[in-house]
Amino acid sequence: MTVETQPAAPAKTDGGPDASNPASAAQRERQAWMSILAKAESKDLADRIGRLQNLPAYSVIRPAECGSVMVRGRAGGMGAAFNLGEMSVTRCVIQLTGTAEAAVIGHAYVAGRDKQHAESAALMDALLQTEQWHAAVKEMVITPLANVAADARRERSGKVAATKVNFFTMVRGEN
Amino acid sequence: MYVAVKGGEKAIDNAHRLLAEDRRGNPDVPELTIDQIREQLKLSIDRVMTEGSLYDRDLAALAIKQARGDLIEAIFLIRAYRTTLPRFGYSQPVETSDMVLDRRISATFKDLPGGQVLGPTFDYTHRLLDFMLAAEGKEIDAPETVETDTDETPRVLEILARNGLMEPPDGIETDGRSEAEKADVGDLTRDPLSFPTNRDLRLQNLARGDEGFLLAMGYSTQRGYGRNHPFAGEIRFGTVSVEFVPEELGFPIEIGEIEMTECDMVNAFAGSAEAAPQFTRGYGLTFGHCERKAMSMALVDRALRSKELGEPADAPAQDEEFVLSHSDNIQATGFVEHLKLPHYVDFQSELAMVRRMRAEFFGEDDDASTAEAAE
Repeated sequence: MTVETQPAAPAKTDGGPDASNPASAAQRERQAWMSILAKAESKDLADRIGRLQNLPAYSVIRPAECGSVMVRGRAGGMGAAFNLGEMSVTRCVIQLTGTAEAAVIGHAYVAGRDKQHAESAALMDALLQTEQWHAAVKEMVITPLANVAADARRERSGKVAATKVNFFTMVRGEN
Repeated sequence: MYVAVKGGEKAIDNAHRLLAEDRRGNPDVPELTIDQIREQLKLSIDRVMTEGSLYDRDLAALAIKQARGDLIEAIFLIRAYRTTLPRFGYSQPVETSDMVLDRRISATFKDLPGGQVLGPTFDYTHRLLDFMLAAEGKEIDAPETVETDTDETPRVLEILARNGLMEPPDGIETDGRSEAEKADVGDLTRDPLSFPTNRDLRLQNLARGDEGFLLAMGYSTQRGYGRNHPFAGEIRFGTVSVEFVPEELGFPIEIGEIEMTECDMVNAFAGSAEAAPQFTRGYGLTFGHCERKAMSMALVDRALRSKELGEPADAPAQDEEFVLSHSDNIQATGFVEHLKLPHYVDFQSELAMVRRMRAEFFGEDDDASTAEAAE
């Protein structure tokens, strides 16, 4: 695993309502960490959280709940939307109680049916919004998880790239 | 008749216990795990997720195990489970143009920008049984790895569109719906299908539809029943992020990644009184890696657009009521397989009728046959 600190893949906000609004820089940052938390393997996330010391107390506002989101595609990939099929999703909302900024609420929507994953992601979302915890969670959880994902992606695309066809034209007869 | 049904309770119980034992098979052979099914029967998983209309690899694996490998039964289990999940909402449309590609091929351009990437494919295998696979624990050769380039991989059909040779993604003519109406995307899981349909509902129906049925329908168009001369413009398989806007947050967040297969079919179009000759589109999209399904879906999608394009529509694949009413394998299997359930009362009435008709045919006394049937 590389330890280089590379910026987390920015969440795609093209076309979003606040895409060009500089005031939404904080929102974009939050979108980026929520994406990393949702896409991480549950056990990797748990492992990373395990390295944080003295986590503050929190109360669960909306207990982790499994449900679905209907995934939409577009006709021709770029045209009008249609409903393709659902995916399982688990959501959770928690509120920090043991920090100076007590009202901070963390949200999570994560693919799959892993309730622990959703609750952990919601807790990290809340901590990342606090001054006290932001840097630590970013360094101990978000950046390493982003690196794991980037490494996996790089390894996979290397294998895929090896299957790229290099066509050459057969020249007939002339020489 | 009802008495006989009640009497079956013990037998049904025992039949299910026998099923459980048969499902397990020879106990000397290790039991299949969900992980094994998920990791090693990927294409079964992908089909069950697509036609079961729920992306969840572990649930699909469980369904396949429970169904003893009967994929339609597994799809049935997934559809039934799906109805128990509260729905949080609808995703933003996935951006397949941003797909992280595992495979991307075009049968229309040899040297397309970004290149042809074969990925994990059965294409070009010789379809000879590999008896080496029968020997467990065989080491596999690690795949070759090369430095990745960062070539752009524009959509093939957009290259054609730039030259005006390709219709827009939504077709040459709109289907008469305003932008607002288009934003109100139809959902078969909420409202039953009624005819005529729009393309959004057709695509949803086809995406859930049976691969075998769509394959046969697509094949029929190639053989001349509604010929529309297709080329595989582009086939993509890879990973896309799913974005969702939770009401309580009010901005889109990525909730995970899913694998998808997409097929853009290109069909020549001779033009009509209003439209110049150009290429037209058929579109296929599935969960996971379901290439045959995506291609078949694209062929049938194009065939079902015949009316909109002013083409003669006399082939089965062009008849939306026929295609869309029979594409769903759970509806189909439900109606076909219900024939094996008790129909004793129905059949008694048929029996009485046939006896009466035979009596009339042979000129017998009608009273005698009615009395017999009433027994």
